[in-house]
Amino acid sequence: MSRGSGKNYRTLIHDQMKKKYQRRIIINNLVTVFAIICLVAAIVPLGSILLEVIKNGAGVLSFEFLTGPQGSIITGKGGIGPAIQGTLIVVGLASLIATPVGVLAGIYLSEFAGIGIFPSAVRFLNDMLTGLPSVVIGIVGYVTIVIALGSFSVWAGALALSIIMIPIVVRVTEETLKIVPHSLREGGYALGISKAKITMNIVLTTAKSGVLTGIVLGIARIAGETAPLIMTILGTSLFFSSLNGPVDALPLRIWRLASQPYEHAHAFGWGAALVLILMVLSLNVGLRLLAYRKGFAIRTEV
Amino acid sequence: MGAASYTLLMVALVTYSVVHGSSQIFSYEGLNFLTGTDWNAVEGRESFGALPYIVGTLVSAGIAMAIGVPISLGIAIFISEMSPSRLATPLSFIIELLAAVPSIIYGLWALFVFRFWIRDFIEMPLYNAFHGSVPFFAKYPFGLDVFTAGIVLSIMIIPIVSSICREVMRVVPNSQREAAYSLGATRWETVRIAVIPYAKSGILGAAILGLGRAVGETMLVTLVIGNVIGAAAIPTSLFSQSQTLSSLIANEFNEASSDLHLSALIGLGAVLLMLTIAINIGAQLLVKRMVKVPSGEKN
Repeated sequence: MSRGSGKNYRTLIHDQMKKKYQRRIIINNLVTVFAIICLVAAIVPLGSILLEVIKNGAGVLSFEFLTGPQGSIITGKGGIGPAIQGTLIVVGLASLIATPVGVLAGIYLSEFAGIGIFPSAVRFLNDMLTGLPSVVIGIVGYVTIVIALGSFSVWAGALALSIIMIPIVVRVTEETLKIVPHSLREGGYALGISKAKITMNIVLTTAKSGVLTGIVLGIARIAGETAPLIMTILGTSLFFSSLNGPVDALPLRIWRLASQPYEHAHAFGWGAALVLILMVLSLNVGLRLLAYRKGFAIRTEV
Repeated sequence: MGAASYTLLMVALVTYSVVHGSSQIFSYEGLNFLTGTDWNAVEGRESFGALPYIVGTLVSAGIAMAIGVPISLGIAIFISEMSPSRLATPLSFIIELLAAVPSIIYGLWALFVFRFWIRDFIEMPLYNAFHGSVPFFAKYPFGLDVFTAGIVLSIMIIPIVSSICREVMRVVPNSQREAAYSLGATRWETVRIAVIPYAKSGILGAAILGLGRAVGETMLVTLVIGNVIGAAAIPTSLFSQSQTLSSLIANEFNEASSDLHLSALIGLGAVLLMLTIAINIGAQLLVKRMVKVPSGEKN
């Protein structure tokens, strides 16, 4: 009698465990499905953006579109030549400012700073600078340069974009220099080479592809910035004339075109978007493929 | 050291510019600038209040967080814990491409393509079902509203939030997972009892960093939020047009009619700066604490 009820009891427990186990498996599968849906939810917009930009932008691409000055957008004549030229000038100038400053600051933080209040303050503020909204950085360009010069200018735009780019370069440089093995530096010391030479010739040479990655990532990032350009370079339909005057830029042109009520303006906007996305994505994809082949990691969150 | 000081100089420059540029409006409006709802640039009747845009910023960013964070977490969990390792690299590559697309292109796409999806597939059904009963859905949707802005913002923050979450989950020691598996936990149970508690503060930090991005984003919001000014910019339903701090700056900066108007716009920038600095400092403290925890130590 007692044996029999024990057996029943055991099968009861067994059944319950089986049920519970099945429920756990089902929950596990549901969560997996949810995670896959999340992934799809992120990939669909990317696919749609690329598709739409190519579909709507490819039609207007032509030699005239890429090089011509802006004509009448109501009839769809002309091009975005000034915008492409302006983007190249402003981004080029900004990276000329940001690259030496960023790389040197990165070298300082990794090789010379050690531990202390000053380097940790620099690191902290550098990270904070990364998180600042770009529209606020545009205000900096406006207040410090546009008001002082009395006119919207390339310099103001380059200054604003360089403030966005510097923290990216600093961080990537510092992180890549830190993973250069210490034995290389010690080898240099053993030969009696000065610290400055070791840093420039040994450490920097070893880490060069990583540092370059930071610079290119920074360039790709600032090429797409729009908000700071509104208050610094203003945008114009003319080609570049002076570093102290306004100039056009691709993201700015896209914004202005998209805000207009004309079909042709929208078509031009898509065309400009295609040019911009080709520039930015080719920099990014090229870099990542290179990084993948060489086996080092790129962090996105800089 | 000189170059490093340059970073400090830049921070000082940012602070100086914003404080200097907005001093005029703060002496004109005082604290009313933060609590007022009028926005009138007509000479002689100037009145500037930032409250509606602060609310608009927080609401759109809030929507972005509510949608973006769970999705990012799902992606991070899938890539770091569930997917076969051969898939992990290409998948994270694709997600990172999302981060590379400039925000103006998100805006363009949202304005001409995505808002119609939102209007037709999400907003209209919700409106038809609930507009009488739930005040959230009371307004007839056009697709240009806080809801659309929030959703597009959520897409924008997904890459950054999910990549930090993945990073944080990667530093969870494998012994934690093995312990859970050895007790017979399923994959999800392992994530829930071994990975997430360990990575909790890092995930929170990632979410807050995403919030910082969403709050500061300008161009995309400008294109899709509907751009109303004054008290009307306080969203009364999910489908209301609104305005954020950054979108108002972008919209009016080139048309500012007076120094006071300009100063008011820079004042909005000052409010935005305070908001993002607070958010970022919080996030960084959380992420740093997480990544510094040595493996095996109790969190």
